[in-house]
Amino acid sequence: MAMLELNGVETYYGTIQALFGMSLYCAEGRVTTLIGRNGMGKTTTVGSIIGTLACRSGEIRFDGSPINGKPAYQVAQLGIGLVPEGRQIFPNLSVRENLIATAANFSRSDDPWTLERVLEFFPRLCERLNNQGSQLSGGEQQMLAIGRALMLNPRLLILDEATEGLAPLIRQEIWRRLEELKQSGLTILLIDKNIDEFAHIADNHFIVEKGQVVWQGGSSELTSDADLKARYLGI
Amino acid sequence: MNWLPVTVSGRIYALLLLILALAPFIFEWINQPFYLDLLSRALILAIAVVSLNLILGFGGMVSLGHAAYIGIGAYCVGIPSYYDYYNGWLHLALALSVSATFALLTGAICLRTKGVYFIMITMAFSQMVYFTFLSLEEYGADDGLVIYSRSEFPEFISMDGATSLYYWIFALLLAALFFVHRLVHARFGRVIVGSKFNEPRMQALGFNTYRYRLACYVLAAMICSLAGMLLGNFTGFISPDMIGWARSGELVFMVIIGGVGTLFGPLVGTLVFVVLEEVLSAITVYWHLIFGILLVALVLFGKGGIHGWLSLLDRKSKAHD
Repeated sequence: MAMLELNGVETYYGTIQALFGMSLYCAEGRVTTLIGRNGMGKTTTVGSIIGTLACRSGEIRFDGSPINGKPAYQVAQLGIGLVPEGRQIFPNLSVRENLIATAANFSRSDDPWTLERVLEFFPRLCERLNNQGSQLSGGEQQMLAIGRALMLNPRLLILDEATEGLAPLIRQEIWRRLEELKQSGLTILLIDKNIDEFAHIADNHFIVEKGQVVWQGGSSELTSDADLKARYLGI
Repeated sequence: MNWLPVTVSGRIYALLLLILALAPFIFEWINQPFYLDLLSRALILAIAVVSLNLILGFGGMVSLGHAAYIGIGAYCVGIPSYYDYYNGWLHLALALSVSATFALLTGAICLRTKGVYFIMITMAFSQMVYFTFLSLEEYGADDGLVIYSRSEFPEFISMDGATSLYYWIFALLLAALFFVHRLVHARFGRVIVGSKFNEPRMQALGFNTYRYRLACYVLAAMICSLAGMLLGNFTGFISPDMIGWARSGELVFMVIIGGVGTLFGPLVGTLVFVVLEEVLSAITVYWHLIFGILLVALVLFGKGGIHGWLSLLDRKSKAHD
């Protein structure tokens, strides 16, 4: 069953339409990806899901009940955690504070994420605990952003540009961690450009073009279709 | 002795608190009781500035109407006293509840706006308070209201006498500093500090930032009303002049001089402001001119205020180690 479902979502920035009937779904326990060139509406889709952007028509359902129109904090409390584009770490809080200030158990998990578990998951953050959020490298920021989202104990984790601007070794570590999260049963919606690197952990892909989904399918279909990649992704 | 502050700025602040604690004895010793008056007034303002810094410095809510809560606190002493109710606990309860109610009602509206609109609307509400008291003929209108006797705290510490009032003020200042310190470092405060930088992010993490900011706004108003209550007792006279928006502007300046979003910055900023005001006005009647130039220079060159300079010393001493 689909945990998250978008049906014909249309979102505007002022008078400019950005999403033209976006429809997609995330199956429970699976990794779903949203791919496409820049400016096609991926981040707008994320904003519409989490409630920072208001969608004008269409429907967004989480666990079967509509969530469009709800304020962002209520959507988060339902169990949708976001690792935003550009990390968006609070620079004026320390690493420890970034993790614990907003911690919650929104999915009412019996075995919730704690500070200790996040530090075990990303050991590199241990030595940085008392640094300010502004004093981290890009990779550390991304680990912190993922850790911060996990500390909400979400049921669905959305990663917008999961590895953008990160060095290959760091990217590998992020992918390994996401694979572990998938194995633990977490549902993930992933946005990223390095298709060949994440194809093996992803289950279902949606290609976005000009504010709507133009193709969907599994990893093998995507990676084997050179024409598809050239046409929509410019690779 | 590891309970001693380790940083240079921490030691300076600790020394400052020690001097403030001993001030009545020092002034008596040098036979200058007037200075105790000056210091009492400065510390009362410092309580107001500490509370303004809670919303301005930590929460990013630049209010130009904070003096309204000084006025509310002062009139909560003045008006009951006018009817011969001198019970201090009554004054205290009134000051806290009236300021909290007013802050809740106006804050609920103000906090729906951002930036310059927030500044304007807080100022507008404080001007409403100003003109309300200005029009209350019964309570002296613009002539003000004389308070003939200080708040009475039966079977508790009396406010009578300059020294005991000073210690009331000092104790409430310490309490305000301690409260703000604990609040800001609790999760509540971290959410406030985080919202200042990135509010949408805080919302996407599941926080109704509006409610948090409103709670913070109300708490700051309540602390400020304590300053008003003390000021009413200290001067024995209140007038709408205490509430005008220029007063609120002075409070903002005191925060900036001391260091925005720091614990002791507001206290130091207030002391410097009050002392400068005193010294400069003794030199010339045009002291506002010199004062203005100093303030412009401070804003241009003194990033982080006095606390910013002191933390430079911290870094230097660290480099020596």
